[in-house]
Amino acid sequence: MKRLKAFGYFWYDFVIGDDWRIAVSVVLLLTVTGLLARRWNPWPLLPLGVALTLMWSLRRASRAE
Amino acid sequence: MHSVLLVGAAFLASTVEMVEALTIVLAVAVTSGWRSASRGVVAALIALAAIVAALGPALAKIPIDSLRVAIGILLLVFGLQWLRKAILRAAGLKAVHDEDAIFAAEVQALEQRGEGKEQDWFAFTVAFKGVFLEGLEVAFIVVTFGGSQHKVGLAALGAAAALIVVVALGAVVHAPLSRVPENTLKFGVGVMLTSFGTFWSGEGIGVSWPGSDAMLLGMIAFVLLLALGCVRWLRHIAPVAAIASEVA
Repeated sequence: MKRLKAFGYFWYDFVIGDDWRIAVSVVLLLTVTGLLARRWNPWPLLPLGVALTLMWSLRRASRAE
Repeated sequence: MHSVLLVGAAFLASTVEMVEALTIVLAVAVTSGWRSASRGVVAALIALAAIVAALGPALAKIPIDSLRVAIGILLLVFGLQWLRKAILRAAGLKAVHDEDAIFAAEVQALEQRGEGKEQDWFAFTVAFKGVFLEGLEVAFIVVTFGGSQHKVGLAALGAAAALIVVVALGAVVHAPLSRVPENTLKFGVGVMLTSFGTFWSGEGIGVSWPGSDAMLLGMIAFVLLLALGCVRWLRHIAPVAAIASEVA
């Protein structure tokens, strides 16, 4: 059980890392863009959303320092 | 073009992880001898090969669009985390990865175990753990990068080239590779992972990129400029933020 927990923690730390909000933002961004993609081609949303997510996370980190 | 970028990204990402693994293996070998360190490395490589051999063919059976969405999300989250760390380090807000310090800490931990029969087993475990955990990250990169294009072999080629370069450097230098500009590499890898993740996940959810595949280069340029801009932005705002928190 302890090893299983450690293995789970390794993957959480490896993929999700220091800021879980990035993972949540990415899932939300892709869900919304995917839904909009049924009506039009919302390609600018993805780079824009990625930029905003990164800047938001960096801003939070710089305030914590 | 896709293939060259794929091999290049897998090579860079694998190099970073392998430098970290080499530091641990060298610390074990210097302290406890090469025999137990080598056994740990070989055991870890066998375990990793088994994982890649099991996961690679399984991915080939999943429909490409579903695979691109799943892998795109993973790459995007993973890439943004790498990029975030590299930007914070470049802006001076996070300590830079120090291979010399890690090497010294590993040697100290091993020396504290003292002499004796038990030491070989401990050294084996440390070497195994170092190579297996860092190697698991390489395997993840190879499987996700290669899997989303159904080209696991090409990504594995990039990782194999990284293994040859890092092992050759380690054999020549016989010391931790502290001169490898690890943060610069991580910065580059973060840019690549984020760009590939955005591009592939977009394709998977039905977005049609203008310029088709050529847009991948545009995405890399966009993410690179964004990351460099973020470093400048943080250098500009961080001292202000620090003063503000002291005043508060």
